Amino acid sequence: MGFFTDTSVCIGCKACEVACKEWNLVPEDGLDFTAMSFDNSGGLGADTWRHVAFIEQRAPIGVQETGVGRPEGAPDPVDLGMPSFEPPGASADGDATGEFRWLMSSDVCKHCTHAACLDVCPTGSLFRTEYGTVVVQEDICNGCGYCVPACPYGVIGQREDDGRVFKCTLCYDRLGAGMEPACAKACPTDSIQFGDLDELRERADERLRGLHEAGVGSAQLYGRDPGDGVGGDGAFFLLLDEPEVYGLPPDPVVTTRDLPSMWRHAAVAAGALLAGITATFLGRRR
Amino acid sequence: MNTSDVTKEGIRGARPGREAVTGADSALGGQRRERPADDGGGRGSEFGTYYDRPVLNRITWRPRDIAGYLFLGGLAGASSALAAGADLTGRPGLARPLRYTALAAVTGSLAALVNDLGRPDRFLHMLRVMKWTSPMSVGTWILVCYGPLAGAAAASQATGVLPGAGRLAGLGAGAVGPAVSAYTAPLICNTAVPAWHEGYREMPFVFVGSGAAAAGGMGMITAPVGQAGPARRAGAAGAAVENAALAVMERRMGMVAEPYRTGRSGTLMRAAKALTIGGAVGALAGRRSRAVSAIAGAALIAGSACTRFGVFAAGQASVADPRYTVVPQRRRLRDREQAAQQEE
Ligand code: SF4
Ligand code: SF4
Repeated sequence: MGFFTDTSVCIGCKACEVACKEWNLVPEDGLDFTAMSFDNSGGLGADTWRHVAFIEQRAPIGVQETGVGRPEGAPDPVDLGMPSFEPPGASADGDATGEFRWLMSSDVCKHCTHAACLDVCPTGSLFRTEYGTVVVQEDICNGCGYCVPACPYGVIGQREDDGRVFKCTLCYDRLGAGMEPACAKACPTDSIQFGDLDELRERADERLRGLHEAGVGSAQLYGRDPGDGVGGDGAFFLLLDEPEVYGLPPDPVVTTRDLPSMWRHAAVAAGALLAGITATFLGRRR
Repeated sequence: MNTSDVTKEGIRGARPGREAVTGADSALGGQRRERPADDGGGRGSEFGTYYDRPVLNRITWRPRDIAGYLFLGGLAGASSALAAGADLTGRPGLARPLRYTALAAVTGSLAALVNDLGRPDRFLHMLRVMKWTSPMSVGTWILVCYGPLAGAAAASQATGVLPGAGRLAGLGAGAVGPAVSAYTAPLICNTAVPAWHEGYREMPFVFVGSGAAAAGGMGMITAPVGQAGPARRAGAAGAAVENAALAVMERRMGMVAEPYRTGRSGTLMRAAKALTIGGAVGALAGRRSRAVSAIAGAALIAGSACTRFGVFAAGQASVADPRYTVVPQRRRLRDREQAAQQEE
């Protein structure tokens, strides 16, 4: 089971953030302004399991026709331009107006098929559930913090006053009761869709085809491919720009993919140390 | 409100109209719109970011604890190996202090590790499992083998009780010691931290070199000059291996090596280089003088510590700047696309 987040229909209402907090009793994470956009949670962490990103761009979303369907003789639409601190149009020079789009995307733990956090956990606190999701057992976690830098997406975080790590559980408790996760339930536009991954992938492919046909050439699926560096995401996305613009890594790789080679290098180094120290005792006796 | 519901049988009552197409204009249907070249968001350059925020989450390890842990672990492991050699070749004046060093260092490193846990009282949860995919788990088990051996060797040395068993324990600790020094490299490299992961081939050599330099330095300070020959050689060779491995690592890492040259981590790495090279020269030149040996030994130990703190700080710096995460991945994607195109 997993999520397909279709960011092209996200309206940035943050219902998912709120629903997640309420259902999972996630503590408050600072009522801050980030001073960069309407994003006020900044990024995923111990106390932010859903994070809605806001991106303002001077770009058309597709081939948008703002005047479509206006009655004959109606005044031209007013271009409000990029959000700013001035009244609209006050400093309207040539390039301050025109094409403008707002991208919104609700980010979440990807529930990787090859999850680095799970691999590196030395206590076995992180485990894979019967739904294929990745969950922390809070009574086992000893707060070693290893999973935090291991996650290639910057998802999991440590709660400072508690010491343990927390992240999205894909509402493990709700799944057990046959319900869908709180964020998907709350999403008014079905931007967040929950279901069987195969079905979601099919749905996503169809949606992508539709968008491409409609002229939204920048639309792309992210994390859908089971052949990627993490074996595909259990929560994948339809994005309207490159992943890094949303704060996502463009080509994440599960760190343990290189671990066999790391162990080999370390074994050679350990052997070299033993041999080297032995060598220091050869020769002159002084 | 979402009217659809997910049941064990699948999705029920999904709303129609989910296919609403963003910005659609059927007039141009079928024609793909090219993405704009640059919207001022820095995309014209090699990468874009989300308001320059880091992609990865901040490393929560405290530098004093974990860099200190790396340093002490390296010192302990190499000290045990050196002490075992000294014991076998009849250099009690070198073996004794190094056994004490090993015990003190492994105790310190364990204390640092436990202190860094968010829940130190739950340290024993590490012993629930044994996972080769987790260097921290493997390392815990290595320490579980190594710690008692190093402890027994030092205890028997100090008290004179069971000298035979103590010697055996010392040899055992010497055999396991190199693993203690080396495993900390996979420990940090097995993360998504660019400045660590990209150096995984050379890091073990940096770390064993650095451990040997520190143990050699300790031997030069504590052992009489007549018996400190192997310590001097280990110190000098360790310093040479460490610096050579670092040079190779930085060259191969490309832009991700920047944190090793700039900022606080760059300062630490430069200090480490000066101290280890100075210490190595002193170790070779000052073989007749106890004072020169001690100063050179101290420089080697300090250099080893600077290396670990520098590597740690470089990792932190490479996480804080999204460039180090995004650019190499973008290049990888581009190279892959180009390779695929060439095949066509
Ligand atoms: S996104 Fe990060 S936290 Fe989530 S499963 Fe993957 S590695 Fe673990
Ligand atoms: S994902 Fe849905 S609920 Fe969340 S912000 Fe977007 S539209 Fe709102």
